[in-house]
Amino acid sequence: MAFVFRVMSTNYSKTELDKAEGRAVELLKERSQQPIPDPDKWLDEELKRNILLTSVDAMLNWSRRSSLWPVVCFPACCAFEFITTAASRFDISRFGMEIIRASPRQADLMITAGTLTWKMAPQVRRIYDQMPEPKWVIAMGACAISGGTFVQSYSVVPGYNRIIPVDVYIPGCPPRPEALLYGIGMLQKKISKRSIITEGRG
Amino acid sequence: MTVALSGEEIARQIEEHFPGSIVESSQDTVLVKSESLLKVAAFLKDTPNLDFDYLTSITAVDYYDYFEVIYQLTSLQHNHSLVVKTRCYGRDNPTLPSVVGLWRGADFQEREIYDLMGIRFEGHPNLKHIFLWDGFKGHPLRKDYL
Repeated sequence: MAFVFRVMSTNYSKTELDKAEGRAVELLKERSQQPIPDPDKWLDEELKRNILLTSVDAMLNWSRRSSLWPVVCFPACCAFEFITTAASRFDISRFGMEIIRASPRQADLMITAGTLTWKMAPQVRRIYDQMPEPKWVIAMGACAISGGTFVQSYSVVPGYNRIIPVDVYIPGCPPRPEALLYGIGMLQKKISKRSIITEGRG
Repeated sequence: MTVALSGEEIARQIEEHFPGSIVESSQDTVLVKSESLLKVAAFLKDTPNLDFDYLTSITAVDYYDYFEVIYQLTSLQHNHSLVVKTRCYGRDNPTLPSVVGLWRGADFQEREIYDLMGIRFEGHPNLKHIFLWDGFKGHPLRKDYL
């Protein structure tokens, strides 16, 4: 528009005005033989490559089950099988859970590896309460399931499910790392069945 | 290698100083009356050629009729050891003198025996539960528990 205004404001005769206008049009036409490319064209291509349509449930469950971060809760000997599972030979990081959190506030999975005494139970309950939702519990080994050998003892909690809700039970005394990995796989299947519609806490 | 001293020989020495304080003795152990436990223990600790300056452990056994408490003593100076036993009768309120004043290491172990066997140690500075929680009923290592 500035270009046209400059031509019109010059004090020419009518013929010269027409010629000047014609030259401007010809010049613009000459410059405009090709369409200007869409500046957001790259965006379109990237989107075509990267967008998948899915449900919110599938997305949430996929991300949750693929990055389970366990909290430290290893009161007894099953901890050594867990350590083996986390180390290089069995390598728990294949499932996105190599970060063992020392703080329950950063964790969403409690693997209860060991015998629990009643004197220790309030602390375990507190650790569980400090974990953010959503959270899951794996009872690892006979002691965690039912108290195991010490089921009739005066000081042992007969199963972690007396104090916290347990999602998966892994038998064994202790369970081998393969069993623990299988149990984690079971938990992942369980998580993938969650739905934000049926569960209020989503 | 730590040399285990003869209980009979030690019992003879104790009997010289404190007549009537020994119930019986054998090659391995000396069984002391509970009333004279403290002075015998002080004698064992302070006599230069015995010099039992280290209390290895205290345990207790329930024999239904009485509780037997076993003191395993060691001399780091002379590298020899001795086992001293004593008995306390009655299941309602069995009582023994505390040896915390002689060996500080007895503190937690006497609390453990109080916790699990129910034997009171008179003179203990802090006699309360150590393994079990406050309010626990009974003494689980007694034979008649449960």
